Formats: sequence, C-alpha cells, structure tokens
Amino acid sequence: MKFSRLLGPLYYILLAVFLYLPIVFLIIFSFNDSILLALPLEGFTMKWYRAVFQTPELLTAVSNTIWVAFASSLISTVIGGMMAIVTVRYSFRGRKLFSSIATFPMVIPYLVLGIALLLFFNALGIPLNLWTVTIGHVVINLPYAMLIVGARLSDFPAHLEEASMDLGATYWMTLKNITIPIITPALLSAFLSSFTTSFDEFALTFFLTGTENTLPIYIYSQLRFPARLPLAITVASMVIVASSILILISEWLRTVGQVKRSIY
Amino acid sequence: MNTKKRLLALISLPSVWLLVFFIIPFSMMALFSFRDNSFGPLFPPTLKHYQAFFASKNYLRMLAESSWIAFLTALISILLAYPLAYFLIFRGGKHRLMLLSLLIIPAWTSYLLRILAWKVMLGSGGIINSILIQFGWISERIPLILYSRSAVIITLVYIWIPYAALPIFSSLERIEPHLFDASSDLGANPWRTFFNVTLPLSIPGIAAAFFFVFIPTLGEWVTPALVGGVDGIMYGNLIQNQFLRGLNWPLGIVMSLVLMVIVSIFTILLYRFISIRDMSSIA
Repeated sequence: MKFSRLLGPLYYILLAVFLYLPIVFLIIFSFNDSILLALPLEGFTMKWYRAVFQTPELLTAVSNTIWVAFASSLISTVIGGMMAIVTVRYSFRGRKLFSSIATFPMVIPYLVLGIALLLFFNALGIPLNLWTVTIGHVVINLPYAMLIVGARLSDFPAHLEEASMDLGATYWMTLKNITIPIITPALLSAFLSSFTTSFDEFALTFFLTGTENTLPIYIYSQLRFPARLPLAITVASMVIVASSILILISEWLRTVGQVKRSIY
Repeated sequence: MNTKKRLLALISLPSVWLLVFFIIPFSMMALFSFRDNSFGPLFPPTLKHYQAFFASKNYLRMLAESSWIAFLTALISILLAYPLAYFLIFRGGKHRLMLLSLLIIPAWTSYLLRILAWKVMLGSGGIINSILIQFGWISERIPLILYSRSAVIITLVYIWIPYAALPIFSSLERIEPHLFDASSDLGANPWRTFFNVTLPLSIPGIAAAFFFVFIPTLGEWVTPALVGGVDGIMYGNLIQNQFLRGLNWPLGIVMSLVLMVIVSIFTILLYRFISIRDMSSIA
C-alpha cells in the first residue's frame, strides 16, 4: 500500500529527470571551457557568453527572430480573436465550413505548409524575406489563437453583451467595454503562445526565409561546424531562461482568467 | 440586417487572410502537381509525376515506414504521458497545474537544441559513453544508437511527451468525481473503475494526443536529418530533398499531396473523438 503511494511521485521525478537532463547538460556545457561537448568538464568559463555578444550575425538573427515573433503574434492574435468572436457569438450559414477551414492548418504538417507557401510566393515573384516568414508563422498560429480565445469567450454567457446593448450601448461600445475585457487574458495568452512558437519555429521557416536569418535558421547553419556548437548552446541556454519566463507569465494569465470566472 | 453588417465587419479580414494565404496557396500547389517540371508552363498538364510516384516502390515503402514510426512515437508518448496525467489529476492536489507546467518548460526550449542535446547524449563521444567510461563499465567508446531509427523515435518521444500529456490531463480533469464514488459504491475495485469509467471517459484526450503527435511526426524531416543518419530518414526528408536537391518540384508536390490525403483520413477518423477544448490545451 505504501509503495503504491510512492509510485506516482517516483514516476513524476523520473520523467522530470528524462525531460530536464538533456537541457541541464546543455546549460552546463555553455559554461564549460572546451569546444568539445563531452565529459569530463574542463573548467568554468564565461567566454561563450561574451562571444555571443561579439558575434554580429548572431545578434542580428536574434533581433530578426524577435521582430518576426512580435509581428506574427500580433497579427495572429488580432485575426484569431476576430475568428473566435465570429464563430462563438454569431450563427450564420457556413459557420461550420468557416471554422473547419480556419482550424485546418493545424492538421497539415509544417513541411507541407512551408512548401505550399513557398510555391505561392515563388509563383507571384515575391522575394523571400522576413515578411514571408511572418506570414508563414501567422498561418501556423491562427488556429491556436482562435481556439484559445474561443474557449475563453464560450465560458461567458452572451447575456453580458446583450444586457449591455439593452442598456443602450452600441455594438462596438459593447465589444470594447465588455467583450474585449472578458477575453483579454486569453488574447495575451494567445499572443505569448504564438510568440514562443514563432521564436522557435524551424521546419516551416526553413522554406520561407531569404537571406536574413532567424535564430533557429542560424543555429541550424551552425550545427555542421562542431567548433561553433558551444556558441549555439550558449544562445540556447539564454533562450531557455527567457522563454521559461514568458511561459510562466502566460500560464499565470490563464489562471487569472479562471479566478475571474469563479468570482463571476 | 444590423447583425449582418457587424458579422461582415468582423469576418472579412479573417476570410481574406484564409483565402490569400491558405486556400489559394494550396490550390496552386495542387495545380502545380500537373506541371511538366519545376519551372515550366502549366499547359499542357501532365500526370507523369503521379505515375512516377505510384510506379516507384520506394516512395510508398518509405511512406509506410514513416507512418509506422509516427504510430510508434505516438503510442509510446501516450503510454508514458498517461500515467503522468493520471497521477497529477488524482494525486497532484491543488499544485497539479504547476507540476504539469514544470514538465512543460523544457518543451518550450529550442526544438533544434533539444535534438542536438540528444545527439550530445547518444553520440559515441557523448555523455552516456563518457559516464560509462568514467565508471569503468566499458573500456572503449561504443557506438550507441545515434544515427538510427531508434534514435529518431527516442528524440521524437522526448519532444512529444509534454504535448501528449496536456490533452489527456485536460480530459481527465473534466471527469465528474462522483462517477468514481458511484463506481466504487457499486462494488468495482480500482482497476475495474479505471477500465470502465476513467479510461473510456479519457478517450477524447487520448485521441487528441495521438493526433498531435502522429501528424507532425509523419511530416517530420528535421529530427531524422539530424539524428537519423542514412537508416533513419523519413518520408519528409524525401519531400524536402525534391525541393532542395532533386529540384523536381512537381514530384515533391505529389508526395506532399499524398501525405495530406493520409493525414486527412486520420483527421476524419479521429475527429469525432476529439473535443475542441482538448485541442486548445495544446497551445
């Protein structure tokens, strides 16, 4: 009986070790004074961290990635939010078709999405650049943004909006003063989730990127050169810390939403 | 009338977006599969790339093998994730969401670097080898499973476990606790309750998890390219090669379309088991 009570926590810890171990090794190696990613460790150094800030291509890649992630998340959140309002609050002919098309990109492998968009841009003679990457990321993130916001919106009865309009508010006032405040935590959550997805996206970005690199593209190009691996690992360690913070904020925002719901 | 105007105002931008960046690109792609070569004119259309695809046993065999890899990856991920979700829901108490988030954090770190991490772990100069040597268990570095199909599956399972756990967690969370009381009041032991109540009610979560692992894995090309070696390549690598090296775009398109047909069949089969709520838990 006692043993079976320990089984759950034990399993959790085992899985946690399995999931964290490779990451922990990467972080350890980012402080290791050796080009080889192998044990034994050679001694503590900060030189890889200094090197990160002395590698202009890397810094450009980081700022490109942030730019793409920001632009694509903003577009995904706005359009995804509109899609959520339309599918949750309106009934119209073709609503089912609309939401099937809107969620369809979720079930298409990124490889195929990337190829379809590559062919499209190529056929129209649009040169590949950070904008084409941004568009690709929006296509990926839209269904998720729509579902996150839609789930939140359907938790709140439509009476709230109806009451506001009965009391004389116009629809757009109601949207601004009732609907958007209700879905704000979900909008932020959708934004952050899109941001982190975009920040790390590689399989699709690979097909849509021009001469300007994003960070994953840069890292991929460095993987072929063993001597450059420590640098890639160091950037990754920094990204791990940054994205963990973003995720914690995003999760917290979702709980904020739940607290509000129980008060209501 | 008024409602119609509002609807129109809200729906036009999303519709235009979907039309321009989703429907048109895919229609174009389908059309281009009838093109003679990568850059030639569309007319006259030809079926030769379809014929080439179905005539070659290699493509179909690779597709079948990749489907098998994707199936195994999904199955192992679910088998590992289910007990985790179960433990968190029924024993995790009020901290269960935090405990789950804690396991998801590694999943949000660079996808490429997580693959690289496994390369570092599994390689013959890698960590597992170093540890074995340090403890004197082996005298010489042994080639482990890097550059093989197993390495691809291990790495993919590692990547997908958290994503498989999320929908299962959310489906278990929705089960009414009274049902467990009712089941045990009626004399069922915990195992019977699990198989007759818990498991059937968590099927939407399992289906969503399967869905979310199987589909991306079937189209996977990055992981096999990095840890798979020659033996571990997948169907996605063949497609990618048509665009990168083979420069036979129409054939690559045919291969992509076949992939989409397979994925669509799975989607239709699984769709009725999946709830939208479990899907949004992934994001």
